[in-house]
Amino acid sequence: MSDWPLLSLVTFLPLVGAAFILFIRGEPEIVAQNSRSVALWTALVTFLLSILVWANFDPAQPGFQMVEKSPWLPGLGVNYYVGVDGISLWFVLLSTLLTLICIIGSWHSVQTRVKEYMIAFLVMNTLMVGVFVALDIVLFYIFFEGILIPMYLIIGIWGGPRRIYAAFKFFLYTLAGSVLFLIAILVMYMQTGTTEIPVLMNTDFEPALQRWLWLAMFASFAVKMPMWPFHTWLPDAHVEAPTAGSVVLAGILLKVGGYAFLRFSLPMLPEASEYFTPLIFALSVIAIIYTSLVALAQTDMKKLIAYSSVAHMGIVTIGIFTPNAPGIAGSIIMMLSHGLVSAALFMVVGVVYDRIHSREIAAYGGLAERMPVYATVFMLFMLASVGLPGTSGFVGEILVIVGVFAVDAWVAALAATGMILGAAYMLWLYRRVIFGALTKESLKAIRDMRANEVIAFAPLVVLVLLMGIYPQFFLEPMAASIDQLLARTLPAAEQLAMQ
Amino acid sequence: MLYVLLVFSPLLGAVIAGLFGRLIGDRASQLVTCGLMGVSALASIVALVGLGEEPFKVPLFTWMAVEGFIAEWSLRIDALSVVMMFVVSCISFLIHVYSIGYMAHDASIPRFFAYLSFFTFAMLMLVTSDNLLQLYFGWEGVGVASYLLIGFWYTRPSACAAAIKAFIVNRVGDFGLALGIAATWFVFDSIQYDVIFANTAKLADTELLVFGASFDTLTLIGILLFIGAMGKSAQLGLHTWLPDAMEGPTPVSALIHAATMVTAGVFLVARFSPLYEFAPTALALVTFIGASTALFAATVGLVQNDIKRVIAYSTCSQLGYMFAAAGVGAYAAGIFHLYTHAFFKALLFLGAGSVIHAMSDEQDMRKMGGLWRKLPITYAVMWIGSLALVGFPGTAGFFSKDAIIEAAWVSPNALSGYAFWLLLLAAVLTAFYSGRLMFLTFHGDSRASREVREHVHESPPVMTVPLLILAAGAVLAGWFGLVMIAPEGEFWGGAIFTAPINTVLEEIETVPAIVKYAPLGALILGLGLAWLFYVAVPGLPDRIVAALRPVHTFLTHKWYFDELYDALFVRPAVSLGRTLWRGFDLGVIDRFGPDGVATVTLASARRAIRLQTGYVYHYAFAMLIGLVVLLSWYLFILRG
Repeated sequence: MSDWPLLSLVTFLPLVGAAFILFIRGEPEIVAQNSRSVALWTALVTFLLSILVWANFDPAQPGFQMVEKSPWLPGLGVNYYVGVDGISLWFVLLSTLLTLICIIGSWHSVQTRVKEYMIAFLVMNTLMVGVFVALDIVLFYIFFEGILIPMYLIIGIWGGPRRIYAAFKFFLYTLAGSVLFLIAILVMYMQTGTTEIPVLMNTDFEPALQRWLWLAMFASFAVKMPMWPFHTWLPDAHVEAPTAGSVVLAGILLKVGGYAFLRFSLPMLPEASEYFTPLIFALSVIAIIYTSLVALAQTDMKKLIAYSSVAHMGIVTIGIFTPNAPGIAGSIIMMLSHGLVSAALFMVVGVVYDRIHSREIAAYGGLAERMPVYATVFMLFMLASVGLPGTSGFVGEILVIVGVFAVDAWVAALAATGMILGAAYMLWLYRRVIFGALTKESLKAIRDMRANEVIAFAPLVVLVLLMGIYPQFFLEPMAASIDQLLARTLPAAEQLAMQ
Repeated sequence: MLYVLLVFSPLLGAVIAGLFGRLIGDRASQLVTCGLMGVSALASIVALVGLGEEPFKVPLFTWMAVEGFIAEWSLRIDALSVVMMFVVSCISFLIHVYSIGYMAHDASIPRFFAYLSFFTFAMLMLVTSDNLLQLYFGWEGVGVASYLLIGFWYTRPSACAAAIKAFIVNRVGDFGLALGIAATWFVFDSIQYDVIFANTAKLADTELLVFGASFDTLTLIGILLFIGAMGKSAQLGLHTWLPDAMEGPTPVSALIHAATMVTAGVFLVARFSPLYEFAPTALALVTFIGASTALFAATVGLVQNDIKRVIAYSTCSQLGYMFAAAGVGAYAAGIFHLYTHAFFKALLFLGAGSVIHAMSDEQDMRKMGGLWRKLPITYAVMWIGSLALVGFPGTAGFFSKDAIIEAAWVSPNALSGYAFWLLLLAAVLTAFYSGRLMFLTFHGDSRASREVREHVHESPPVMTVPLLILAAGAVLAGWFGLVMIAPEGEFWGGAIFTAPINTVLEEIETVPAIVKYAPLGALILGLGLAWLFYVAVPGLPDRIVAALRPVHTFLTHKWYFDELYDALFVRPAVSLGRTLWRGFDLGVIDRFGPDGVATVTLASARRAIRLQTGYVYHYAFAMLIGLVVLLSWYLFILRG
């Protein structure tokens, strides 16, 4: 088993499925149905393969595992080089799971261009997994930027009325940062003659150069996170994206930036990371308070959740740059948790959007009466988003707050205000949609969740509770990798403190 | 096993009723939850009887462990947690049973019982916690249960508003608690109680450089934890949610907002007595807030007309007594009062529930009167509860409340004098509003409409039996609990720590006679005035109100806390959010960022697009390929 190129299988199997769908011909009805089936089976097998990756993973080892390496661009010394460590492992699993859920969730709700839709999702699956397994920076870059394309299409083709504007804004923002990232890659290559991430992670760059490289990468990652003030693409992208697009956008794409900070900025540029920590903290704290307040003012459900995502990502960036074990572990758990919870929340919006075709909060009210199952599911994810202990949302939040308190108590206190504001906008959202009397004519006949919707939510419910009650399941395998990362960053912190 | 059964059987009940309630029906849901709650209550009695000297813990499994930040799921069993479990489980069981009658006509019975059982589970996790994080789990767990139960009748806007308010105000307190946890870990490298308590003496009078200034280490942690306690226990400043919480069904008010959840803050301070004993400044703050709340809430209670709100303010005020007790170093007296208060306050709420039930959901005391003939059992138990509340000799409240007032007299705490006089004054007011409640509700002539009057009936046995049991408790609990405030403190077996110099409990034995009888005097004065106002000279209240109009308005507006918070926090937050969004996100970032760039780009691109095929994704794939080529080319050039 361990001889198999397992990671390549997980990465490229969806692409094979997509190619297969490309050749489906016949009646439109049948094409749609077959495309769905092929996509479902591909995603399911991919997910099961990713579970095999987890089963083969040895938590005691801090380094990269299941490594595959073969020449790709031999003239340049660029290899096809993949592997996972305790951090990326979870993001691979999250990607395959969310793709599967998206395909189940859009079984009924997508009726136009089903074939292309499924292809887009499978291609995206490949690119997402690729980002997290890539161990060569060029390979990473291609996956990293490549994700934009299917996402751009999903928004642009299956999106809402202002989809072109949103897609364009999304593309403009994210592409702007990536040019600078590319330059940073080139400079690092010139300095070291290699593009291998494990090597670069142990290279000591000149402090002055580090700062320039750091800023170049920051431009790219901060947009992807997104950090304030580079966040304005997110609400528009979410609002116009179809449900499954929002799920992947919030669930995976927002994690790529955080993952990149952990993979590149911290280990490769430790002195610069330490140097720029105040900047990160400042932007993150502003993000938390600012976007929470903005979320309070939203009238569109998706926009509200989008803004809440920016606030949650603020906690993540604070955790990454603490950098101590609770902070980093917290930020990773926070990313995973947000991947599950915000994905679920967008699906929650999708459920009623499919029925009423409105995202306006004011169009709803009193759904608890007719949709008790829906109300319960919404309640769980609402509370997880608010960070209730016993759900996944709490674990990351408290670890980050505890971690950053040891570094800067003010940042901890300001970040913790997000707890209060977060409760305010989420509870208020829930109250306006679910509680109250059911008086609107349009809602009188609304139906509770269908079986395929319940199935799509079920794994998220289980995982959110598992991560809340027994987070050790996730924390233990990542501990060794975090220790290794800290071993790299802590000397830098001490050096800077001595100066 | 006993303890696992004790804590987890309510959870099992909640899960069964919550998930399968529709399937198994109302009756089965009631039986399952009440039955499992009964198991828990029995186990708690066994635990109390078999209470050993040595504290121990029942480990379950690791919750999270990141370096030194280790939190385990475990049950800490010592005198303090056993007393709390006894109070929580037994009262919860009685209230479960009572609810069968009270909620008989409700449409969603399984949901109600599931919430109630879930609450009990969370509360038990809170009191048996062995580390701060499990405490926090229970802390927020009871908070969410409270939120769900306040908003149980979710079609009422007022219930929804009250539910959200309760959650958010509690979150403000939790904010302090979370920072307290972070600070504790920072200082002690652990959040386990044993480790913390073993090191507090060493850290006394040390300084901590944090928030850019230097603080006394233990004082800072003590204050942060106390902010959490203030939120949960509705102390002055964070009290505004409690009266509104009365929107929930009455059994909820009895269980959560009187007997158990709101006392969690007092429990926290008592649990952390090994820390507070070395943080005199924090204790002074606890005393100040506690005593001030006791008086403040009592003044507002004077002018309330809703029967539940009177009792709610009374709860707020009594919680102030408990904090004041802890603040002056008599933690045991605080917990003793917590335990007696649980009985008589649950009794008062359930009694009020019985009245409301009889009066066709009328809660305004001005529309009651003369009910004693028709509700003899309720009438009798309400008097018992009221007398216990005002501290009538021999009742439960007599022992515990007098102990607190005496402790305030003898304590060396800087603010003990302040506490003594405020608590004594509050005792007069307590007696007055209790008398007012009883006289307005049960005495005189009926002021109800004819229709309502005809429907007045005593409650069924399923409601009156719990009332009678609680009434027995309200009388007897004081006698049984006296051992808690024995000066030697043997009962606690170290679960409540008092520094060697803290001799408050010894000294209350020797207070002068005038202090000993002062609370009795307060009682007679208060009840006498109430009798004068509402029985002897019925026109008197109106004349007094007319004479003291501004004072009365100030009190009916509850000292304007809600108005103040609305103006200071709620409105600015919402309008600031709107301004930032429209003004900054859309007005500045977008205008000069993407939109600006896009306008320029689009204008030139539009012409080009028309020439091409028009399929966006063709370009997109072309771009990917282009990217690879471009990159390869760059690299190639650079290498070459």
